[in-house]
Amino acid sequence: MSDTAFASRLPTALAATAEPAWVRRLLILTTLGLLGLLVLAPLAAVFAESLRNGIALAVASLGNRDALAAIRLTLIVAAVSVPMNAAAGIAAAWAITKFDWRGKALLITLIDLPFSVSPVVAGLCFVLLFGANSLIGGWLVAHGYPIVFALPGIVLATMFITFPFVARELIPVMTEQGRAEEEAALTLGASGWRMFLTVTLPNIRWALLYGVLLCNARAMGEFGAVAVVSGKIRGKTTTMPIMIEMLYNEYLSVAAFSMAALLAALALVTLTLKSALEWRYADQLAATHRH
Amino acid sequence: MQTFQSFPRALAVAGLALAAAFGAPASAETLLNVSYDPTRELYREVNEAFAKHWQSQGHEAPTLEVSHGGSGAQARSVIDGLNAQVVTLALASDIDAIAAKSGKLPADWQSKLPHNSSPYTSTIVFLVREGNPKGIADWGDLVKDGVQVITPNPKTSGGARWNYLAAWAWAEKNDQDPKAFLARLFANVPVLDTGARGATTTFAQRGLGDVLLAWENEAWLALKELGEDRFDIVVPSVSVLAEPPVALVEGNIASDAQRELATAYLDFLYTPEGQALAFKHYYRGWDASAADPADVTRFPALDLVDIGHFGGWAKAQPEHFGDGGIFDQIYEAK
Repeated sequence: MSDTAFASRLPTALAATAEPAWVRRLLILTTLGLLGLLVLAPLAAVFAESLRNGIALAVASLGNRDALAAIRLTLIVAAVSVPMNAAAGIAAAWAITKFDWRGKALLITLIDLPFSVSPVVAGLCFVLLFGANSLIGGWLVAHGYPIVFALPGIVLATMFITFPFVARELIPVMTEQGRAEEEAALTLGASGWRMFLTVTLPNIRWALLYGVLLCNARAMGEFGAVAVVSGKIRGKTTTMPIMIEMLYNEYLSVAAFSMAALLAALALVTLTLKSALEWRYADQLAATHRH
Repeated sequence: MQTFQSFPRALAVAGLALAAAFGAPASAETLLNVSYDPTRELYREVNEAFAKHWQSQGHEAPTLEVSHGGSGAQARSVIDGLNAQVVTLALASDIDAIAAKSGKLPADWQSKLPHNSSPYTSTIVFLVREGNPKGIADWGDLVKDGVQVITPNPKTSGGARWNYLAAWAWAEKNDQDPKAFLARLFANVPVLDTGARGATTTFAQRGLGDVLLAWENEAWLALKELGEDRFDIVVPSVSVLAEPPVALVEGNIASDAQRELATAYLDFLYTPEGQALAFKHYYRGWDASAADPADVTRFPALDLVDIGHFGGWAKAQPEHFGDGGIFDQIYEAK
């Protein structure tokens, strides 16, 4: 009797989350409107501007030597800094979540540091540290290994800015998963490397993937820190974002927006890739989340 | 279950990319010209023409690189180690700073090439909206009520310092108190951009202001790029003779072959061919013999005052633009 009474009251109890239809629609419309205004419209404008004088001109503007060099440099910088940050991020997340030690909190704060430091300051730090007037930089330059105003400086600045992405994605997941499975693997006689490859990595791979994708998008798009250490040598140390600014300042809007559209497209490809993987491995994703 | 066992392979690939990028060998002789913002179009053509000229003399094709930015910022980069063999900046004081702080070129660098090491000069003119609706003809019109003047910040922009000094010179020649005149002028400035290109963008693309104080070459370029039917150029009665200097950075020269290339590059700027390119890109060259007459006649003669009138940069810089200098006094008083 009391059971039935409870059951009959159930829908009323749930009503708190079952908003009337107009509220739901309003919320959805607001979100879509904001997304359209803040994300889609500017993106569409970039693509429209680049195609204003026809797609042939837009493509041609990307085909000259300097533009190709900028695209190549951006890809190299991402190809170097993203794997290195992925490895460093895994190591940091491992150290933080699998062991107890003093100073852990400090390490977490340090990992977040690049998020809170302005990119310009980060760039200037590298100039101070490796510029021709510093002790290390002076020695390196004298021996023919310049760091700032050359590729290594750009890679370092990019790595600094994108350092937190992988670790930040991994730490919550690894904390939640705990150490039981790793401990079990070790008890069963697995080597450390094998345990990592067959137990830890499969567990964290989605978080790792998100981290790497975000890291990659930011690495390709980083402007502030790279602008300081780049030296802006055309066709040599100009990455795509820096090239975009230069072209815009040279009144070459079509070229600037074509490059911007390409950069945006690269980011969109990454996002699409992520969605495709999510869709393809939806079952595994759900399984990982149940852990 | 799948694992990420290909991860070590990805690392190896990245390592190879790194090695390839670091180990890229330099074949032909290379030269880096560190320049300032408005010379982008000029040096693009100069580099093409010089490369041909150099090859015609039996040399291998050189790799000519160029970097652009605010003149002061570019000087700073060279001091911090940007490996420029040649600098072509807006102000002599910027190259002086490189000489003083890095010791990479001698203190008397400016006497090494003709015309104070300035292969071309420029001046400050007004860019107004089509038809000159506010009837602006000379500096005196800029302090009128309701006239908005766009100029970059003299603290950060070389061009803006010339704007300021040109106004000062006009006031002196027209028996006005220069300091009071500039105070009134800057009271009409709604926004101070950090650089010349930024100010041009503010005026031309954002549509702010009635008159832009601009480098003559920037004004002509804006006219060409953004539409001759949108703006007019007004040449004031008095302006400044700006001498953007060039120099060889001795300390960054790696070999005799590179010194030969760098010297030839700078000398090329003074040849009739180099001068013709300067005229074409709206700079006032010295030698018009090979220039297109149309490029030369667009520059009207006007009363030009050079930096010597203000006692040289070493005196004018701290007096007018230093901390607590005259600009600080008039702009804070606003």
